Parts: sequence; structure tokens; C-alpha cells
Amino acid sequence: MSAATVQPTWLVRTGRFLSDHPMVPLILLLIGLVGLLEFLQPGIVNDRWIGNAIKFAIQLAMLAACQTLTMLTGGIDLSAGVVATITAFVMATQVPLVGLPVALLMGLSLALLMGLVNGIGIAFCRVHPLIMTLGTGLIGTGCLQVYQRFVIATGTVIPDFLVWLGTGRTWGLPNALVLFVPFALVIVLGQRRTGFGRLLYALGANENAAQLSGVRPWQVYLALYALSGLIAGVMGLLYIGLVKTPSLSLAMPLMLPSVAAAVVGGTSIFGGRGGYGGTIIGALILTVLNTMLTLLHMPEGARRVLFGLIILAVTAIHVRLTDQR
Amino acid sequence: MNRMLAKNGWTLGLAGLLALLLVATKVIQPEFGVTGLDSVARAALPYALATMGMAVVVIAGGIDLSMASMMAVVSVTAAVLMQGSGDGQAALVVVFVLVVGVAMGAINGALVVVTRVPDIVVTLAMLFVWQGLALLILEAPGGAAADWLQALIVGGVTLPGLPKGLTEWMPKSLVLTLLCAAVIWLPIRRAKLGLMFYAIGSDQNAAFRSGVPVGRTRIAAYAVAGLFAALGGLAVTMSTGIGEPIPGPYLMASVAAVVLGGVALDGGRGGLLGPILAVFILRLVRMDLTLLAVDPNMTTIIEGTIMVVVVMLGGILAMRGRRQ
Repeated sequence: MSAATVQPTWLVRTGRFLSDHPMVPLILLLIGLVGLLEFLQPGIVNDRWIGNAIKFAIQLAMLAACQTLTMLTGGIDLSAGVVATITAFVMATQVPLVGLPVALLMGLSLALLMGLVNGIGIAFCRVHPLIMTLGTGLIGTGCLQVYQRFVIATGTVIPDFLVWLGTGRTWGLPNALVLFVPFALVIVLGQRRTGFGRLLYALGANENAAQLSGVRPWQVYLALYALSGLIAGVMGLLYIGLVKTPSLSLAMPLMLPSVAAAVVGGTSIFGGRGGYGGTIIGALILTVLNTMLTLLHMPEGARRVLFGLIILAVTAIHVRLTDQR
Repeated sequence: MNRMLAKNGWTLGLAGLLALLLVATKVIQPEFGVTGLDSVARAALPYALATMGMAVVVIAGGIDLSMASMMAVVSVTAAVLMQGSGDGQAALVVVFVLVVGVAMGAINGALVVVTRVPDIVVTLAMLFVWQGLALLILEAPGGAAADWLQALIVGGVTLPGLPKGLTEWMPKSLVLTLLCAAVIWLPIRRAKLGLMFYAIGSDQNAAFRSGVPVGRTRIAAYAVAGLFAALGGLAVTMSTGIGEPIPGPYLMASVAAVVLGGVALDGGRGGLLGPILAVFILRLVRMDLTLLAVDPNMTTIIEGTIMVVVVMLGGILAMRGRRQ
């Protein structure tokens, strides 16, 4: 027997299977978790719960879209939570002053601006995305605190259509699906079938190769982080329709889970692998997991520890299985 | 020779900038003197310690994003253990939390080595793990610090046998900062270990082929960073008298100070003196802004902007360096 005919080990075979069908184990895990939940507290899984779970998972999946897209190029967007909060807060406080359309525009243009700043730092100065977005996130939080002082008296208005979109249901299904389904379709189709989407994979897989084949990385990075900011802004608007009380830490608690959702969903944090489909399942898994932790009265600290360990474990397994790097 | 000059030139430039800022502070507020220096040094203490830890890891070619969270863990552990304990016990607590810090750093390093996941991802995950742990130990700021520990960083140095006027102008916290750097870093720098840090930082493969145990060296670098984080966490508890489960903005500040201090983010270059000077520069800028009656939140924005700009400039410089 020569070495060439040695059967690949089960590890390698599992790795191949997983990279060919990344969704299969995820969906199995999701079903398993829902089963476990039903086992822990019989009767909890019903129409109402499913509707609620989807409602929360949509918020998470929207924010995780920022992480997925940036992670495809080997980056990350840690300012997404701050961007979402800024957009929602500015919109809610400006509606009484300037009216709905202008307020919406103001919120979203701020989101775009922050995304562009991230993009400039990453595209032109080649700062690591993690450090850049962490920094802009801090600046954004500072700006929000200053801004809050000026609008403390104006009061806040959350437009009805956002409440309808965020909290309402039709036939047991959350209305947020009206926004989310087209959004998810655009991203899922866009990542594979448009030039921009393929450029993300190309840059993430090998930036030098992509550059040598004529891609200008700075254009892609700039557009990508601007898009990520915009998505985070839209998510902020959707989220405030669900939470209904604007605060300075609105979407911040979703920051870590959004990274976890993308990582659990099979998007490689090193770039070039994964996609939004997995992220949606990842967001559902995390939402179910969260319900379970609430059920078990897990304190906030333990939750953070667990999410951190999940990110680490999944990434480590991913590295082992696909033998990247 | 030229490179040596350039390296020292950067540090000298920083020292000059620091001197300029001190003069500027004196101009803005003529009363600025011993007490002002003391308060700057005390405010800078946790930042300086966090920065030194970060600098060690960055020199060894990594980055530790969990620095601030480790400080929070140590801060709450120390504060909880010291509550209602005597002076002797407090000393034991100090030793214990320093060991905890080294252990946390070693865990970070071991995870980086064992999982083969990039440093930045591992320590990002560990950031949340340590933060969660700190919250589990103490839900809200609380606990206490021993009086002698708090007294350790307040006021000027008085040495027996020397006239008071000679040493009193020197803030204890500044001396403590330099002492930590001297006691921990200088022996390492002189020993083989320090050389190995620089070796794996500048070229891992080359270091491996020259017989450097890359994995173990890396774990050691993270452990040293953990030790500095523990000292930083203690400094937080010492200066506030309580434990803080939510870490301050030490992470971003330490990265910015490391870059400003002339340590390249791709590793293998720089020392600890530059980053320490950079910390004091950043602190003085903040103090000057406060003295100029700028809104404190505004100060946060300006400070954040300075940090981001520094990191961006550092990125451009690194790109230039690579092209040459």
C-alpha cells in the first residue's frame, strides 16, 4: 500500500463534508437545541414562542450581516452596535424637531458617515479593522453622550411604522419579515452572484492575488464598510421599533452575539469562507440558546463567558477541520 | 548605527513632546506644580501598566485585546478579597491577584498556541470571557482596598536619610510606574527571554529555525502581559478604593500608546520607554483639555480621535516601511 491510497481520516472527511454542506450541521444543531428546550420546559415551544424567537433572531441577524460581510474579507465591524444605537437615538430625538423624513435621513447618513470613516482608515491607512472599528465605536459613544445633553428636553417619538415593523405580527408571523426577507435575499444572492460579492470572497481568500488580478482593494473596503454602517443603521431603526425606548446603550448588548452568530454560522473570521445563509441559522441558534440561558437563570456574566467560549471553540474547530493557515 | 539613532530619535522626540506639553500645562495653569504632577501620574498609572503589558505582547508579534478585561477581573478580585481584611491579609491578596494575572495571561497565550487561531480572535473571545468573569465576581462596583495600598500611590516620595525637599516633588505613582517597568521588564530584556520575544516578533519562522521554542516564548509573553494587567487592575482598585467590573477605556488607550510609543504593530521592534512616555503625553493632553474647560464628554471624543489618528498614522508609516 502506498501512502497515496491511505484513507483520509474521519477528521478530514468531516471537514470536507462540512465545507461542502455547511448548513447541515447547523440546522441539526438548531433542531437539537429546540428539542432540548422543549425537554427542559415542556410546552414552551408553541406558535407564540416561535414568532417571538424569529422576531429577536431577525434583529440579531441584521446586525450579524455587518459582521458576515466584513468577515468575508477578513475584517470585522465592532462599531456596528454603536452605529445602530446612534441612528436609532438620533432619529427618535429628531422626529419632534424636524419631522420624520428628515430625521430618518439624518440617522442613516450618520450611519453611512461612520461606515465611511471606518472604510477610510481600513482602506487607506491599512489599520486592522478590529482596532479601527473599536476606535470609531468609542468616538461614536462619546459623540452620542455629548449629543444627548442637547436633546434632553425635546423628548422622543418613535414613528408608528417602525413599531409596526418591529413589534407587530400578521398571522402569527412578525412583520419584521417584510423588511428582512428581501434584505436577506439581496445579501444571499448578492454575495455569490454579483461582482461586489465575489470581490469580498476574493479579497478575503488572498488579497495579494486579488490585487494582482486587477482588484483595487481600497475601493472594495471603502464600499464594504460604508455598506456595513448603513446596514447597522437600518438595524438600529428596526430595533428601536422593537424595544421602543431609546437609550444610549440600545443595540450594544447585541454586539457580541452578532459576532458569535456569524462565527457559529460558519463564516470564517479569516475571510474567504462562509455566507449569510449560515449567519441567519446562527442567529436563530443563539436566540434559542439565549432563551435556554434565561430559563436556567444564568447571570449576565456567565452568558458573556459562554458566548466568548462559543466563539473561541467554533473558530478553533473551524481551523482544525478546514486546516486553514 | 543609523537605525539605532532613528529608534532613539523617536523616543527622544516623544520626550521632547512631553516636555513641551508640561510647559504648555504650566502656561495654561500657572499653579500647575507638584500636586498637578501627582494627579497626572496617578491617573496615568493604570494606563501605563496596561500599555506596558500590551507593548510586551506586541513586541512578541501578538496583541492582547483582553487586557482591560483582565484588569477588571483583578480589580474586582482584589477589592472583594480585601473587604474587611487586615493589612497582612491584603499583602497576601496582592500576591494572589498577581498570580491570577499571570495565570490569565498564560491561558490567553496557551489558547493562541494550542488552537492556532490568530491572536486577535482568541483575545477578542477572551475579552468577553474575562469580562463575564469579572461580572460574576462582582455585579456592581464595590469592595474595598487596604489603606496602605491606597496610600502607596498618593503624594510624593519620602526616603529616610534624605532631605524631604529633595525627593518630595516626585510622585509615588510615577516612581511605582518606573519601578514596575524596571523590576519586570529590564531583567527580561537583558535575559535570553527578551531576545526571544523580539525574535518571534520579527520573524516566527526564522526564530523557530534558530531554535527558539516559539510556543513557549509566546505563552511567556502573554503571561508577562497578564502580570502587567494584574498590576494595572490593582492600580485601578488602589486609586478608586473599589473594584470595577466594567473595565475603563484601557484597551484602546494602550493600543494607541503602544503605536505612538514607537512599537510597530507587526512586532519585533520598539521598547517600553516610548510607550510609557506616550501614555503620559496622552494623559497630559486630556488634562490640558480639562483645564481649558472643555466638556468632559467632548474630551472623550477628542481623546478617541487622537487615538484613532495615531493608529491610522502608525498604519501609514508601517506601509511606508514595508515598501522600502
